[in-house]
Amino acid sequence: MTVTLLYALVGVALLSMGFYGLVIHPHLLRKLLALNVAGAGVFLFLVAAADSGAAGTPDPVPHAMVLTGIVVAISATALALVLADRIFQVSGSTQMAEKDPAEGL
Amino acid sequence: MTLPAWIVALPLLAAALMTAVPRSRLLMVGSAAILTPALVAFLARTILRDGVLQMQLGGWQTPLGIQLRADGLSVAMLGITAVIMGVITLYAWAYFRDHESSRYFWVLWMFLWAALNALFLSADIFNLYVTLELLGLSAVALVALPQKAAALTAAMRYLLVSLSGSLSYLMGVALLYAANGTLNIEMLANTAQASPATSAAFAMIAGGLIMKSALLPLHFWLPPAHANAPAPVSAVLSALVVKASFYIMLRLWLTLFGALTSPSIAQILGVMAAMAVIWGSIQALLADRLKMMVAYSTVAQIGYLFLIFPLSQLAQGSQEALQGGMYFLFSHACAKAAVFLAAGTVIYACGHDRIDGLAGIVRQMPVSMFAFALAGTSLIGLPPSGGFIAKWLYLNAALRNGQWWWCALLLGGGLLATAYIFRFFSIAFSNREEIVSARPVPKMMEWPALGLAVCAISLGLVAPAVKKLLGVGGLF
Repeated sequence: MTVTLLYALVGVALLSMGFYGLVIHPHLLRKLLALNVAGAGVFLFLVAAADSGAAGTPDPVPHAMVLTGIVVAISATALALVLADRIFQVSGSTQMAEKDPAEGL
Repeated sequence: MTLPAWIVALPLLAAALMTAVPRSRLLMVGSAAILTPALVAFLARTILRDGVLQMQLGGWQTPLGIQLRADGLSVAMLGITAVIMGVITLYAWAYFRDHESSRYFWVLWMFLWAALNALFLSADIFNLYVTLELLGLSAVALVALPQKAAALTAAMRYLLVSLSGSLSYLMGVALLYAANGTLNIEMLANTAQASPATSAAFAMIAGGLIMKSALLPLHFWLPPAHANAPAPVSAVLSALVVKASFYIMLRLWLTLFGALTSPSIAQILGVMAAMAVIWGSIQALLADRLKMMVAYSTVAQIGYLFLIFPLSQLAQGSQEALQGGMYFLFSHACAKAAVFLAAGTVIYACGHDRIDGLAGIVRQMPVSMFAFALAGTSLIGLPPSGGFIAKWLYLNAALRNGQWWWCALLLGGGLLATAYIFRFFSIAFSNREEIVSARPVPKMMEWPALGLAVCAISLGLVAPAVKKLLGVGGLF
C-alpha cells in the first residue's frame, strides 16, 4: 500500500466518522466539530489526489482547492458558532429543539 | 466580452458599498435591482445571436483560471432569478422599511443574488462548490434574521444540512478530479468513463445535491426554514435557492452522469420524486399554519422537478420531458414566490398565519388573495398557467416513452394540490368575518405578489422564446 493510498483512505474514513458524529451527537458544538472532521477528511483526500507519481512534482490544483475549502470551512464555522451562541442565549439550550415551536412571526 | 463577470460583480459591489456607506442603500439596491436584470436581458440577446459565451476571468486560461460560461440553460436561470429577485426587492423594501434588521438584510440579499448569478455561470465543478457555499451561507443568515428561537433553530438545522450537503458534493468533485485530472464540465464530459470512481463520485454529488434541494426523504429541514424566515426570504428560498442545487444536478446529469450511470438510477430518483409529491401534498393538507402549508407544497413541487430524470431517460419524448421540467421550474418559481409574498402580507396584517383564524381574509386584502388564487391555479396545473404547460409536456413525454405510471402520479398530485389550495380558499373566502383588527398593508406589499402570479400564468404565452433560449448550447 502506498502512502498516497493510505492518505486517501484515511480521508474517506474521517469523512464517514464526521458524518456519523454529526448525526448522533445532539450537542451543537459536537455537531460542528464533527463537520470540521468531515471537512478535514475531504481535504486529506484532495492532498492525496495531488500526488502525480514518484518523479513528478505535485499537482497544484488540489492544493488550491484545499486552501479555498479551508477558507469556506472557517467562515461557515464562524457563522455556525454565532448561531449556536444565539440559540443558547434565546432558549438556554445547547441543542436544537426536536420540534420547532409554532410561533407567528 | 466581460458581460458575465459584471452580472456577478454588480450585486456584489452594491453589497460592499452599502456596508461602507449605509446612507447609499436606496441608490445601491435600486441600481443593482435595475441594472442586473438589464445586463441579463442583454446577455440573453447576445447568446441568442452569437451562441454560447465563454469568458476567462482575468485572462487566465483553464485549468488555473476560472471560466464563466453562459449557455441557454444558464441564461434562462439567470433570467428567472432576475425577474424574481427584482420583483421581491420591491416587496422587501416595504416589508423592511422600519425594520432594525434591514441593515443586514440588504447586504445579505445582494450577496445571495451574486451567489445565484455566479452559480449559474460557473463552468467548472469546483467553482460550483464555492458558489453553493456562498449561496448557503447567505441564505442561512437571512433565515436567522428574525432572531427568534424558531428562526434560529431552523437556520441552524439548515446550515448543518447545507454544509454536509456541500461536503458530500466536494468529495464527489475530489473523486472526479482524481480520476480525470480536470474540473471543467465540458472536458469532464469528454474524458469521464463509466468506472467505480465515477459511480462513487455520482453517489456523493447526487446525495449532497438531493439533500440541498430537499428531495424526500432529505426534506426535513426545509419546512421549518422556509416557514420561519421573513416573507421575502421564504419566497426566494423556495423559488430560487432550492432550484440552484437542482440546476447543478440537472447540468451534471445532462453532460456527464446521465450516460455513465445505470438506467435504474433515474427510476430510483423518480420513486423518490413520487414519494415527495404524495407526502409533501398530504403534509400541506394537514398543516395548520399558512406558511407551513406553502413550505410543504414546495416539498411536493420539488418532486415534480426530479421527475425530469426518469422521463428524459429514453430518446423518445426526452425533449418534452426536459422542457416540461424547466417549465415546472419557472412556473413554480413565480407561483411559489407569489404565494409566499401573499402569506407574508397576511402575517403583516393579522400578526399570525393560523389558517383557522383567517376566515374572510379576502375582504381585508383582495389583491393579495387574488394573487394567491392565480398562483394556486399554476401550482395545481390548470390551463393556461405555466404549471399546466409543464404537466402537459410531462404527460406527453410519459406517454411517448411508455412510462404511463408517472401519468397517474401527475394527475393524482394535481388533485392533492387542489385539495390543499382549496382548503385554504374555503376559509379565506368564507362569509364568517373573524379578523377584527387587521393592520393596513402598504400597496407595495400587495402588487408584487400579483405581478409574480401573473408571470406564472402568462409563462405559457412566451413558450417559443423560452424554447429558443434553452436551445442555445445544445443541451435541450
